Amino acid sequence: MPSQEEIYAALCQRHGKALQDKLQKAKIAIAGLGGLGSNIAIGLARIGVGQLHLVDFDRVDLTNLNRQHYFIHHLGQYKTEALKKQILEINPYIRVSTDCLKITASNVATLFSDADIICEAFDVPENKAMLANTVLEQLPDKWLVSGNGMAGYGKSNLIQTKAIMSKFYLCGDNISSNEAQPLMAPRVAICAGHEANMVAELIIEHLGKEAEK
Amino acid sequence: MIQAKINGQIVDLAEKTTIQQFLQAQNHKTDRVAVELNGQIVPKSAYEQQEIKAEDTLEIVSFVGGG
Repeated sequence: MPSQEEIYAALCQRHGKALQDKLQKAKIAIAGLGGLGSNIAIGLARIGVGQLHLVDFDRVDLTNLNRQHYFIHHLGQYKTEALKKQILEINPYIRVSTDCLKITASNVATLFSDADIICEAFDVPENKAMLANTVLEQLPDKWLVSGNGMAGYGKSNLIQTKAIMSKFYLCGDNISSNEAQPLMAPRVAICAGHEANMVAELIIEHLGKEAEK
Repeated sequence: MIQAKINGQIVDLAEKTTIQQFLQAQNHKTDRVAVELNGQIVPKSAYEQQEIKAEDTLEIVSFVGGG
């Protein structure tokens, strides 16, 4: 097992120390660990984000494997635990916390009070809207990065990241999934990449600046 | 009639149009949206009372399924 110092040195070799130190200080929460959330978490783990808070109530199902970052041996496990194990295989020194529960308007403020940035990665539109409204009303100091529309195949470049409100970013093509446009790994991963990449930008360019003030 | 800026477009509206009325007219489901009025999030409880005034800037995010 590489030591914490060895992994830090390897990440610094790739990213530079100044950037790595910002990533290491960041606390990111991921709400929903399906196609978006699992891929966002893996991306953020690889670049050495210091603290990841994973929240989902569900277990890994065979029909998840067409797009979600889990393996056969995870079937039946809680997504929080299955994803935590994968993250620690990439970097055992990331501080991973998990909550295996349903997120509702009444627990959002408590669950996410410690996060710098919240990633919305739900599937159901009413849940997405609930989280966005609750975070924007009750946690106005937090950054929120949300996924909205990533179904089907092709048309990669229709998936975009847009600043919607001052601390609210939306990633996707704004088109719902349906029978003709099912959720599929490549395009879901593009959208997850947008969310994770927006988080990286916020950590490196904005969280640091707030801390300096 | 008044004019307001909604999702970047100038829109003509009847005076005293509420957010709720505008959302319904546009076939938005209120439990799938987030609405920002002049830079502030609008609580859902205010949709029925909050009128859109001339030169207001409104951002409506309509969430879709998939994740």
